[in-house]
Amino acid sequence: MSKIEELLSQKILILDGAMGTMLQEYKFSEEDFRGKRFTDWPVSLKGNNDLLSITQPEAIATIHRKYFDAGADIVETNTFSGTTIAMGDYQMEELVYELNYESARIAKKAAEEVTAENPQKPRFVVGAMGPTNKTASMSPDVNDPGFRAISFEELKVAYKQQAKALIDGGVDVLLVETVFDTLNAKAALFAIDELKEELNVDIPVMVSGTITDASGRTLSGQTAEAFLISISHIPLLSIGFNCALGAKQLTPHLEAVARNTEFGVSAYPNAGLPNAFGEYDQDAQEMSNQIREYLEKGLVNILGGCCGTTPSHIKAIAEIAKDYQPRKLKRTLQTQSI
Amino acid sequence: MSEIRPLKLSGLEPLVIFPESNFINVGERTNVAGSRKFLRLIKEEKYDEALEVAREQVENGAQIIDVNMDDGLIEGKEAMVKFLNLVVAEPDISRVPIMIDSSKWEIIEAGLQVVQGKCVVNSISLKEGEEEFISHANKIRRYGAAVIVMAFDEVGQADNYERRIEIAKRSYDILVNKVKFPPEDIIFDLNIFPVGTGMDEHKRNAIDFIEGARWVKQNLPHCSVSGGVSNVSFSFRGNNPVREAMHSVFLYHAIKAGMNIGIVNPSMLEVYDEIPKDLLEHVEDVILDRRDDATERLLDFAENVVGRKKENKIDLSWREKPLQDRITHALVKGVDAYILEDIEQARIEAEKPLDVIEGPLMIGMNVVGDLFGSGKMFLPQVVKSARVMKKAVAHLLPYIEADKSNKRQSAGRILMATVKGDVHDIGKNIVSVVLGCNNYEIIDLGVMVPPEKIIETAKKENVDVIGLSGLITPSLDEMVFLAKEMERQDFSVPLLIGGATTSKAHTAVKIDPQYKHAVAHVNDASRAVTVVGDLLKDSTREKYKNDLKVQYDEFRKNFSKRSKVKSFLSIQEARENKFQIDWDKTQITKPAKLGIQVIEDFDLHKLVDYIDWSPFFRSWDLHGRYPDILKDEIVGEQAQSLFDDAQVLLQRILDEKLLKAKAIFGLFEANTVNHDDIEVKFKQDSVEKTAIFRTLRQQLKKHGDQPNFALADFISPKESGINDYIGCFCVTTGFGTQELAAKFEKDHDDYNSIMIKALADRLAEAFAEYLHKEVRTQHWGYASDESLSNEELIKEVYKGIRPAPGYPACPDHLEKITIWEILQVKEKIGVELTESLAMWPAASVSGYYFANPEARYFGLGKIKEDQVRDFANRKGIEYKKAEKWLNPNIAD
Repeated sequence: MSKIEELLSQKILILDGAMGTMLQEYKFSEEDFRGKRFTDWPVSLKGNNDLLSITQPEAIATIHRKYFDAGADIVETNTFSGTTIAMGDYQMEELVYELNYESARIAKKAAEEVTAENPQKPRFVVGAMGPTNKTASMSPDVNDPGFRAISFEELKVAYKQQAKALIDGGVDVLLVETVFDTLNAKAALFAIDELKEELNVDIPVMVSGTITDASGRTLSGQTAEAFLISISHIPLLSIGFNCALGAKQLTPHLEAVARNTEFGVSAYPNAGLPNAFGEYDQDAQEMSNQIREYLEKGLVNILGGCCGTTPSHIKAIAEIAKDYQPRKLKRTLQTQSI
Repeated sequence: MSEIRPLKLSGLEPLVIFPESNFINVGERTNVAGSRKFLRLIKEEKYDEALEVAREQVENGAQIIDVNMDDGLIEGKEAMVKFLNLVVAEPDISRVPIMIDSSKWEIIEAGLQVVQGKCVVNSISLKEGEEEFISHANKIRRYGAAVIVMAFDEVGQADNYERRIEIAKRSYDILVNKVKFPPEDIIFDLNIFPVGTGMDEHKRNAIDFIEGARWVKQNLPHCSVSGGVSNVSFSFRGNNPVREAMHSVFLYHAIKAGMNIGIVNPSMLEVYDEIPKDLLEHVEDVILDRRDDATERLLDFAENVVGRKKENKIDLSWREKPLQDRITHALVKGVDAYILEDIEQARIEAEKPLDVIEGPLMIGMNVVGDLFGSGKMFLPQVVKSARVMKKAVAHLLPYIEADKSNKRQSAGRILMATVKGDVHDIGKNIVSVVLGCNNYEIIDLGVMVPPEKIIETAKKENVDVIGLSGLITPSLDEMVFLAKEMERQDFSVPLLIGGATTSKAHTAVKIDPQYKHAVAHVNDASRAVTVVGDLLKDSTREKYKNDLKVQYDEFRKNFSKRSKVKSFLSIQEARENKFQIDWDKTQITKPAKLGIQVIEDFDLHKLVDYIDWSPFFRSWDLHGRYPDILKDEIVGEQAQSLFDDAQVLLQRILDEKLLKAKAIFGLFEANTVNHDDIEVKFKQDSVEKTAIFRTLRQQLKKHGDQPNFALADFISPKESGINDYIGCFCVTTGFGTQELAAKFEKDHDDYNSIMIKALADRLAEAFAEYLHKEVRTQHWGYASDESLSNEELIKEVYKGIRPAPGYPACPDHLEKITIWEILQVKEKIGVELTESLAMWPAASVSGYYFANPEARYFGLGKIKEDQVRDFANRKGIEYKKAEKWLNPNIAD
């Protein structure tokens, strides 16, 4: 059993907040995104946040550091779009290994530095694997519902590549996140399970789905419990939800999952619902107050923030979470060694 | 074995099978080996109809659907993938888990790769040896599916008790120990073979299966047992009553032994208890192998059993509803089986074929939009609706084109684009389809479209409307930028804004001011058509644009007035800013008669003139004011027909006295105490009593000298020494509704069942209006000289108010309890309060009467925790309880 799995039943682990929100403050220009190395790249690179791990590594390291200082036990690598599929928009398929490897390394270095300063509180890095921009079980063409823009096999290959680079770069955990189409997540889990066997490594895996709106379902139409059932075939460190909803709106779905799983439960909601201007304006106090409900109900083992959250949100969440016990795990988690 | 590990499967919804769960029925009609019809449909590539077969299965109660494409003349892998891809786009079908059924591994694997839920693989076995068995099982585990294991090994298929348990045990041990397959995900198919074949070696086929199932459930923890039931009666083909009895008898015993999943055709199943005794005995003799001559006896007996046909039960009651409802139903449910028939009828009835699109189809799509907007439908369903719409429009197109009187060019060219930096286009695509359905030509530029390209294309193609979509935050700025560019380059075409992060507020405040021509925020597909229509039609264009501009302008004004964070007063401060009435000067009238009065069996005829019809139409999703709505361009016809139907039923209610009207009201001495409470003096059984109404006070910080209202402000305070009065009441016209509705429902007349409820509600409101007038002019008499028309009554121009607990001025339902205590409503007229304080019968109205000329309706708005605590203290209830009841009004 790895260190993080031991900690999971001892305390509520704190995950970091939004990377994108923090990067917005830097107001990086097209030139900043390109750096020296990509001056002549044929397409616009502004908005390719993952690329900043190569062109602006200092900024990424600083943000990780801020979250650790705010009390996070775990930070996510800056690799949300780090697959050949998502990088296709920027014609950067070839750079996927390097992007993931560098991002993992930056985060790991930050974690090691902070851990060295305070060995009592070990810090971890999770390799973030986003949903990609294509869906395996929905058609992008309403006139042709049987059409698919991406296949399971293509997703599996892309995710496997990403996972390999993240593991090589030193992440402690893999996180399949912001799942809006469960089939994409299943392809990622398939890839990870194969990889674990091939590399003979035993790395914990987290999955975090996204309930899109008031319907209480994922974008691909599943209820929280159906989603849970569909991905529980691989031993997980945790299962939970992030993005799309604020802490308050997420509660019933967390309850549905917490009631029905033996895995740990994670939640990293947005800072409220976006206001009319698409900004997230829920402050740290309000968000942590809403999160108190999870704690009082004993719903979670891992807590953090998604869109709109900042180190001050994470600080506030860490502050209240330390007074509560984590959700009780019915069984000791066993990862499977093959 | 104390631990319970249920078999968990999923489609869009979970299916969790516990040991104590009822038998799980697997639908078998989507199996080319089992259904000739399905085979033909797949061969002829009629996938639409094949989907209907699946839908029918689920509607008939199948909890899992088995899909099998194993046929020599079909490309099995291709057909499996194509069919499953279509199935998962149908939420009505894909809510249940799928059983991927094939004897070919490549077909199974292809199926597993396209289904998001947790499936069942049907099946694997030791037939080709351990190595292949393990390799397949490993992959199935990795794909996250459960598995059916056939009782089959290298030697052959298990055909007796010993072989069944031998193979089951061996398979189980390999799966659980070597593959680490979760035991609860293993389902054994122990081979159901025919009995009654006349051959001795088949005699024990059923009983051996049953005993095998018993052994497996007792010895192999957590697994399930399944099988294809119809096999057992194979030799009685042609005699359905006997077959149905055999299936039931077999299941009855197999389920008792532990079989918990099965492929059963529900229409080939008799209820065990309804099998005639003699038939039952003969069948059980065969199934359980109870006597040597069992088969001969059953054969002899079978000749006397007359076949009878059973009907498939699918809910087609919607077909009986009015045309609009049918069309709406087809759109909402995404069912296209009848749409052409209905549209043809609509076309014949319509003046112009185009009217069918603009009338019935649009009304249906608006319902879809409402459901979607309120989270009651989700994305795939809306897409399905669009497909039905498209079929309907396709049918109409030739007629529309042939109709020279109505020269129809494309209704307009619309450029659609997801703005630069944004890749989300599902919503945009839906809007495109729906607009396309409505005869607009769509130029879809796709996603991440740079502004230059949008501008350039718009010019080159001479488009009539530009639609921008975006889901992520920065897209909002892109939209603002585009609006500026359109203004700079002298565009005049309307600009549509849509997508998840967009909002009316953002559109009004940030986008609209940038562009002097029309900007419209349209956030759901079904509304898009109406909006674009209004923006482009010559008759409405100018007005609609101006209305939009005015609307957004007002919105901006209000928005800028609104401080960024709403600020609240403490309850103390709010009380200091209460509404002041000059008690020395104001008019207070002592009621002509104090105390309680009851009205029994009120004549309903008197209420007809007091009915406010507008909400009646709203309850049927027809929006507009009565009587204008009857002449409304879009819904007028529908409204008129609804209104006609309502009149017929109303006449019956009056003639046959189908509903009973009762009322109770009381007028009492009262004073305000402690700012927000109203102390009421009343007599019960000649004893003087007091009760207190707790009112709630607005806490939102007001602008200028606006007061913070509470209802208590309208009653003189005790310390003023001035006597004041209050009334309260309850009226009902609901007695009889329930019985009538049930009667209609029994006749499958849902239309009238809803109608009776809607009418009872209207009558109750009318009664409340009538009684209020009687109170004002006579019983209390403070407005004895009043003379108002019905219209004026609806506009509430009368003096004094009758607010109702649960409504904006007093959202707290708890005060109903006090009204019930004072008036003894339940005892006197029989209207009861439910646990959640709703009135029963539903068609009832209760409330207060305030007579002061300064009394007015207001909305409480949000209140803060301090008032909730104060309220709880005053009322002597737990804070938690107060919080629960006031929750919708408590500020975040």
